[in-house]
Amino acid sequence: MSSEIDDAEEAVRVRFTVNGRKVACEVAPRDTLVDCLRNALELTGTHAGCEMGACGACLVQLDGRAVHGCLMFAVQADGARIDTIEGLSESGAIADLQAEFHRRNALQCGFCTPGMLINAHELLSRLTEPSRAAIRDALSGNFCRCTGYEAIVDAIAAVADARAAKASQEGSPG
Amino acid sequence: MNALTSLDRPNSYIGRSVPRPNAKRLLAGRGRYVTDIRLPRMLHAAFLRSPYAHARIISIDVDAARALAGVHLVATGADIARICAPWTGTLDHFKGMTSEPQLPLPLDRVVWAGQAVVAVVAESRALAEDALELISIGYEELPAVVDLDAARQPGTPRVNPSGTSNICFRTQLDSGGVDEAFASAAHVVEEEFSFGRHTPVTLEPRAIVADYDAESGSLTVHHATQTPYQFQDLYARHYGIPEARVRVIAPDIGGSFGMKLHVYHEDMAVVGLSILLARPVKYVADRIESFVSDIHARDHHVRARMAVDVEGKILAMDIHDATAIGAFSTYPRTSVVEGNQVVRLIGAPYDFKSYRAVLEVVFQNKVQTSQYRAVGHPIACAVTERMVDLAASQVGIDPFTMRARNVIADNAYPTASPTGYKFEALSHEICLQRLRGIMDYDALRTEQAELRQRGIHRGIGIATFVEITNPSPAFYGVGGARISSQDGATLSLTPSGEVRCAISVTEQGQGTEAIIGQIVADQLGVAQDHVKVITGDTEVTPHGGATWACRGAGIGGETALQAARRLKANILEIAGLILQEQPSALDIIDGQVVGVATGQLRLPVAEIARIAYFRSDTLPPGTQAQLTVSHHFAPQGYPFAFTNGIQGCYLEVDVHTGFIKLLKHYVVEDCGRIINPMLVDEQLRGGVVQGLGAALFEECRYGETGQLLNGSLADYLVPMAMEMPDIIIDHVETPTADTILGAKGCGEAGTAAASACVLNAVNDALAPLAASINAIPITPARVLKALGRY
Ligand code: FES
Ligand code: FES
Repeated sequence: MSSEIDDAEEAVRVRFTVNGRKVACEVAPRDTLVDCLRNALELTGTHAGCEMGACGACLVQLDGRAVHGCLMFAVQADGARIDTIEGLSESGAIADLQAEFHRRNALQCGFCTPGMLINAHELLSRLTEPSRAAIRDALSGNFCRCTGYEAIVDAIAAVADARAAKASQEGSPG
Repeated sequence: MNALTSLDRPNSYIGRSVPRPNAKRLLAGRGRYVTDIRLPRMLHAAFLRSPYAHARIISIDVDAARALAGVHLVATGADIARICAPWTGTLDHFKGMTSEPQLPLPLDRVVWAGQAVVAVVAESRALAEDALELISIGYEELPAVVDLDAARQPGTPRVNPSGTSNICFRTQLDSGGVDEAFASAAHVVEEEFSFGRHTPVTLEPRAIVADYDAESGSLTVHHATQTPYQFQDLYARHYGIPEARVRVIAPDIGGSFGMKLHVYHEDMAVVGLSILLARPVKYVADRIESFVSDIHARDHHVRARMAVDVEGKILAMDIHDATAIGAFSTYPRTSVVEGNQVVRLIGAPYDFKSYRAVLEVVFQNKVQTSQYRAVGHPIACAVTERMVDLAASQVGIDPFTMRARNVIADNAYPTASPTGYKFEALSHEICLQRLRGIMDYDALRTEQAELRQRGIHRGIGIATFVEITNPSPAFYGVGGARISSQDGATLSLTPSGEVRCAISVTEQGQGTEAIIGQIVADQLGVAQDHVKVITGDTEVTPHGGATWACRGAGIGGETALQAARRLKANILEIAGLILQEQPSALDIIDGQVVGVATGQLRLPVAEIARIAYFRSDTLPPGTQAQLTVSHHFAPQGYPFAFTNGIQGCYLEVDVHTGFIKLLKHYVVEDCGRIINPMLVDEQLRGGVVQGLGAALFEECRYGETGQLLNGSLADYLVPMAMEMPDIIIDHVETPTADTILGAKGCGEAGTAAASACVLNAVNDALAPLAASINAIPITPARVLKALGRY
């Protein structure tokens, strides 16, 4: 957007590492991170459901932690490492979660799903075997209007079990 | 009747829990929602909205907004009215109903707070919003009609000054004998109920990209809707464009639940803006806009009376339902269907004769209400089931016993409800037994009694329901609406022997494409992987009703089944010619033509396709292979395929804080033939949770001047994972004999009875404390008030 149009639109250059790749883009100071990802970088897998931190549809990883893309201006993320659903899919980091969500139909319209997966990924990186209540608690900032949540909880619990089983196998001698 | 396959045959997909093929894209963040669409030269629309619930527009000054660089168009009501024909949300079969004509943007009067008044189209959404701030509108405030009861008082200000009252529609049902039944009854119970307004809150808000090409005079609309064909018809007629030049594409949709099939003023305006500019124009409602402009639903006050004999046999019900719908009736499906279904569905599971009901639908200065998931069912169910519990306690019998005495017997079909709904075959008795089993009801009652000793107040509630599915033209068509009750599919065998099915039912995540693929693969005898299902584009599929009111599986599924059988017959005809066999001696299994008698492999289907497409010269002279079939199916027989079921709820009420903890929820449901059990269960779970949200949290709260007070996702509470229980599900299968497939709907069942069982369970928990609740949502404040502690 050219600067004659409106001062508020005056572009600022920001640099991030998005999904492992260095990118630079022009953003308006008022653009949120989710707007920048979706519009400037065309990473439309990150969604906006409320733009006020209440629904979790816009979760992305910023320097390894899940953050709300709607609660942050793009300029604030300058210099950060950002991983979106697209990057986490391509790297295979959440392949087991995605497969289990698919197998159990833990998504319907899929609009909440990228945020759910990013949250689940974060949860399982902190807790190896969360209880169902802990999973439900961890998801309490992710709104899903379609599923009723149970299949999502089941899928995350199943992946936690599978990862724990795998870890104990790898850890056991022989 | 039907020769459906057993599950051990290859390609027998009907009845199998196969994952949805199209879900993988969504899991990888590769969905393509309307929100994601960006077209070359696309502009963005934003709307300036009325701050008043009711006001006259005195002046509109848009000069400064027009002058802002990057702004392409500022349009008022008059600008769009020049090209758009007005619409009126009435249907002929609702005798005497009235509603004002509507336009995309108002000319001289606003009728709810949040109504769009002026549109700005600019290079970006942010710029368009900047321009809105430069517009000034002069208003003269008029008295607003906010409260439902106030709207009905004589002498109240009128929502529509040209009308004679605030009544939109009134109807009365009377099967006779009601007064006599009440006079002779051993017990009469009475209650008044109130149901708050709530709203669908799809996670993806409403979104539309309209793209008018002036040179060809054609319009393409990318529209987050359930019903692209309905909108093709509407855009064509209201903007005077030949229907064949209007294309509506519904790609991935982030939830709909009935909300995205109504005409919204902004959406209609965006089409007009694109025509005025001859450029693509995009509009996505933000969440705050969604709360003030998406349809709301419910908002009913119901007075109910029930008469029972000494044994607890229901003799009669007498109902008065008043509901407020906004300033006009929604187009094209109206705002009276919900109330109409409330008064017709009350009492529906039960065997009694005498029923009387009055329905009054009134206008008020709030956003329009209309069909949202389970339309009317939750209210009918909550009223009926609470009355049944009240009667049971008067008679002194257990709620299960009360229902067992009163539900229509499983061997009594076909039969009809006192309101005239015709039931082909329902299964209340067996469902009731099953529910008792999966709840372990007696153990729950024991546990409840023990915990009560310790001051812990748990409640058990059950609710029987009947659901309307597979609607025939009796629903809308007879009232003059151009809303189809039939569906169409075009099925092709591709040159490499795969199958392509373009069908008019649509996908919003329920798994429509998955089940259509299962049915086609099953019926043709090919692997499901080899069937590609295409939906949601008026240019590509035949015209049809699409997905609403529970018709995707029942009507869409039958369409696919019949189309697949026709294509199979055509394939086998060619196979017969090639193999010098009678087609009837051949079958298709796993993509191979086999001998029926021997099971011996004869020829791959792919080879038939190759010959038919590329070497037709080798077929006998005169042969014209028809490897594409188009087929339509319109439901016949019963006007609706009713389904039924029963739900149970176990919860705990904290009598100090009023908080309710849902512990477990149970559903036994009968949707006829089940195509994909996993998808049915997930429909039920999602539906139950929407009903639980309505029961405990969701309510659009208004101030005295008609302002929505909690219109954001931080203030309007929706059910989140933490508050929701696990849900145990069981099924009974009573297929409809009206179709070969035998499927009925299951999309509303969860929502239909969930709030009713919560209401009963909370009242069960509060009963020893002599407190009762008759309003939904059951908020902590209402619980404490009932307990006299607030
Ligand atoms: S869009 Fe960020 S939390 Fe809802
Ligand atoms: S799957 Fe639709 S919002 Fe979660």
